[in-house]
Amino acid sequence: MPVLCSSCSEKRAVLKRPKTGHSLCKACFFWAFEEEVHQTIVAAKLFRPGETVGIAASGGKDSTVLAHVMKLLNERHGYGLELMLISVDEGITGYRDDSLETVKRNQQQYELPLKIVSYEELYGWTMDAIVKQVGLKNNCTFCGVFRRQALDRGAIMLKVDKICTGHNADDVAETVLMNILRGDIARLRRCTAISTASEGDGVVPRCKPLKYAYEKEIVLYAYFKKLDYFSTECIYSPNAYRGYARTFLKDLESIRPSSIMDIIHSGENLSVREGVKMPVQGTCSRCGYISSQALCKSCVLLEGLNRGLPKLGIGKHHRLHEKILSQQPLTEHEQRKLKSVDF
Amino acid sequence: MAAPVAVHLEFGGGAELLFDGVKEHHVTLPSQSEPWDMKQLLVWIQRNLLKERPELFVQGDTVRPGILVLINDADWELMGELDYQLLDQDNIVFISTLHGG
Repeated sequence: MPVLCSSCSEKRAVLKRPKTGHSLCKACFFWAFEEEVHQTIVAAKLFRPGETVGIAASGGKDSTVLAHVMKLLNERHGYGLELMLISVDEGITGYRDDSLETVKRNQQQYELPLKIVSYEELYGWTMDAIVKQVGLKNNCTFCGVFRRQALDRGAIMLKVDKICTGHNADDVAETVLMNILRGDIARLRRCTAISTASEGDGVVPRCKPLKYAYEKEIVLYAYFKKLDYFSTECIYSPNAYRGYARTFLKDLESIRPSSIMDIIHSGENLSVREGVKMPVQGTCSRCGYISSQALCKSCVLLEGLNRGLPKLGIGKHHRLHEKILSQQPLTEHEQRKLKSVDF
Repeated sequence: MAAPVAVHLEFGGGAELLFDGVKEHHVTLPSQSEPWDMKQLLVWIQRNLLKERPELFVQGDTVRPGILVLINDADWELMGELDYQLLDQDNIVFISTLHGG
């Protein structure tokens, strides 16, 4: 006996929404999904008419759905935005080169301009080369830091006013959990923000229109709409810390689906006790990018790579930044600490 | 005695990698006295189709959290999940969501 759609009561329901527990047919699901993203955009005032918006596109499920829905809502509700696709090529053979082919197809399907920026041209290092130096434990740190900056560089080259990324509710909830598990108070306070503040040269404000969209619904939206996306796990990700948070979150979701929204809600409403030392935003003395230390993370990581000291950006070696900036030589003990790598 | 049940299985979202990269499988489940249900189908898949790393597909009696199951294009949560009794020519889709976006 098929379950009827709880919205239109006419057609057969095709999914049970984890967020609300409602059963919806295809058409009502599409409408609910799209209009919720629209409400998210309007309530948070994410865009202004006339702006150029870069959609961070990787060819994966989230960015493909994001590109599709942004284009649809821009037309349906007259946002007046000029949309573009920005893609980052980290240089991961067998993963990124394949997903970039998907982005190029998306470009044609959605008829949007596309800019691809690569780690090779920006930093002189591909992720493949980085993993050879750094190993498989901390490589995601490099990739994440470099990618954020790469997106900004791409956005500046394209002269966009804002960037939007496909981060979904599951991602945000995982991040909240990770920051709690690692005691990172500063990030815990910032990580549920739907958009970043727009300060600093070389930094383009960015936002997450899919912040309240469950990953399950994104996948089903893409499946029912037959959207073309690339779906393989990054070959270097199995040891990433986020994987543990993700497994935990998925188990929580299966017991109580609203957990994901509830964790985000908790994160949004946290306040930090008085007297807790918070980092102050400044700029990097070397490249001018935003940074809470003398050198931004990107510069520190690059310095480490270029000097054969892969652990330079991993762990807290802030006191050594001064030495590095002033080109003082490191002691043998300091060098040994920074060289040791676990594979 | 129930007749053999022919079902069409599809694996997507990366799950196909556990099945030699083959996305579509037409299988015929042998006849048995009780009707086939999803719980038994999972055991059958694990024994007969799964090529590697079962822990990435099943967890205990059910699928690993993060793998979506559609029965005839509808969320299996609407169909009784593991208790759903398979009918001849049913279409079952397993989509993994566990990868980058």
